[in-house]
Amino acid sequence: MLIKVKKQSDLSENDVTPERLFKARRKFLNIGAASITGAALSGIAGGIFASPTPTKAAGAQLGTTKWAGSTDETPTDFESITTYNNFYEFGTSKEAPRFNAEGFVTSPWTVEVSGLAKNTGTFDVWDLIDKNKLEERIYRHRCVETWSMVVPWVGIPLADIVKRLEPQTSAKYIAFKTLHDPERMPGQERAVLQWPYVEGLRLDEAMNPLALLVVGVYGQELPPQNGAPIRLVVPWKYGFKGIKSIVKIEFSENEPPTSWNISAPGEYGFYANVNPNVSHPRWSQAKERRIGEFLKRKTLMFNGYSDEVASLYSNMDLEKYF
Amino acid sequence: MKIPFRAIWWTVLVFVFLPLVWLIYNALTGGLGANPIEAINRYLGDWALRFLLIALALTPIRIFTKQAWPIRLRRMLGLTAFFYAFAHLSNYVVIDQFFDWATIWQDIVKRRFITVGMVVILILLVLALTSPARIAKRLGAKKWKQLHWLVYPAGALACLHFFWMVKADIREPIIYGIIFSILIIIRLVERHRKKLSLRGN
Repeated sequence: MLIKVKKQSDLSENDVTPERLFKARRKFLNIGAASITGAALSGIAGGIFASPTPTKAAGAQLGTTKWAGSTDETPTDFESITTYNNFYEFGTSKEAPRFNAEGFVTSPWTVEVSGLAKNTGTFDVWDLIDKNKLEERIYRHRCVETWSMVVPWVGIPLADIVKRLEPQTSAKYIAFKTLHDPERMPGQERAVLQWPYVEGLRLDEAMNPLALLVVGVYGQELPPQNGAPIRLVVPWKYGFKGIKSIVKIEFSENEPPTSWNISAPGEYGFYANVNPNVSHPRWSQAKERRIGEFLKRKTLMFNGYSDEVASLYSNMDLEKYF
Repeated sequence: MKIPFRAIWWTVLVFVFLPLVWLIYNALTGGLGANPIEAINRYLGDWALRFLLIALALTPIRIFTKQAWPIRLRRMLGLTAFFYAFAHLSNYVVIDQFFDWATIWQDIVKRRFITVGMVVILILLVLALTSPARIAKRLGAKKWKQLHWLVYPAGALACLHFFWMVKADIREPIIYGIIFSILIIIRLVERHRKKLSLRGN
């Protein structure tokens, strides 16, 4: 019998505020700000936190069941999630990806599975991901740059996919690769990072029920700037571990190289667990700014998912394995 | 036709406020994106550095045009650079950190890009305070010149501050660094040329 133990992050289930409500609220803020430009102070308050023009063309709707462990914190609005992106394949500014990724074709899309597993080969993304099993999970998202969001992702536990692929007992790690195609991903024309983007997890991390392969956000297919058609989300780690537009999965015995670690090994580790006590060399990680909020809030150990993941690292020096 | 200096001065004065007007307009109309505080910080820092480089470009402009008017704009543009740098700092202290002095102090001590940023602000503050003509007079031309030589290390450190801040895309700070270097090289070449011509005479 499965006994569900209530955990710290298992806050009561709350429905996501519908997207149109968020849009209406944003619109209200924009109008409000425009009409009171004279009253400077309140105008600044309303205007600063209003969003840029909404992105057009909503993606196809996805059927989901709601996961019971979702946080009941207010999700970040759809516009912010889809206009403020770190996706260097489409440019290094936060604003560039949504423009440069417009029209990025994600169908057909295949994912090659290789290495130490029984079921290797090339899979269509929708053979790998069963559209009937999608869950909506509202996770906290913490970027290494000290901003954060709350995102209603749509996906399938990575563990379910790993089990289907049947890794061999010698497999200790799972590695991911992003598409490398400078013609479709113009950011790859410059060697800002070593392309393609690569990321990886220890296999026991990948098997943790929180690790998610994501295909949607706010109940619809991922927009390309958010990593369509398939990306990784590991909510207790910094955002850069969440590799986007995955084309390859490989099981290996040794720790795979990871992009930001290659770029600056002293600043970005393989583990990249959210940890308020271990500073980035150039800034503190103790606090974060939740997008849409004015005051910074304290960053939580493992981004608030300690109960679920702390045991993965029980004998590790997290200062050394940052 | 000779343009009166007064017209140039007023045109430049309007120009130096345009970035601020743009920022306020976008802050009021929601044009600063999902993370407006970060956007304000980047924007003010960008313009502080740009105006510092513009102020440092006046001597090369004088060298090439052989006109005196560029130098007469130097104080205004230097003060503009200080104004944007101070606004950049204020945004960091007030809006970004919201007077969290413990964190700010840790930043200054531990984060080298913030340390050099603070040094730049301190230098620009001293230069701004000693910019009025009567203070320059009281200091004496030689001392004043020595003191205001500090604008060069300030410029170099401002470029370094930007370079150390970025994560991976160093293209922009490199461009600023190259422009700063060119402005310095023009001065060195000019000084060398003057020395030679003096010897020639």
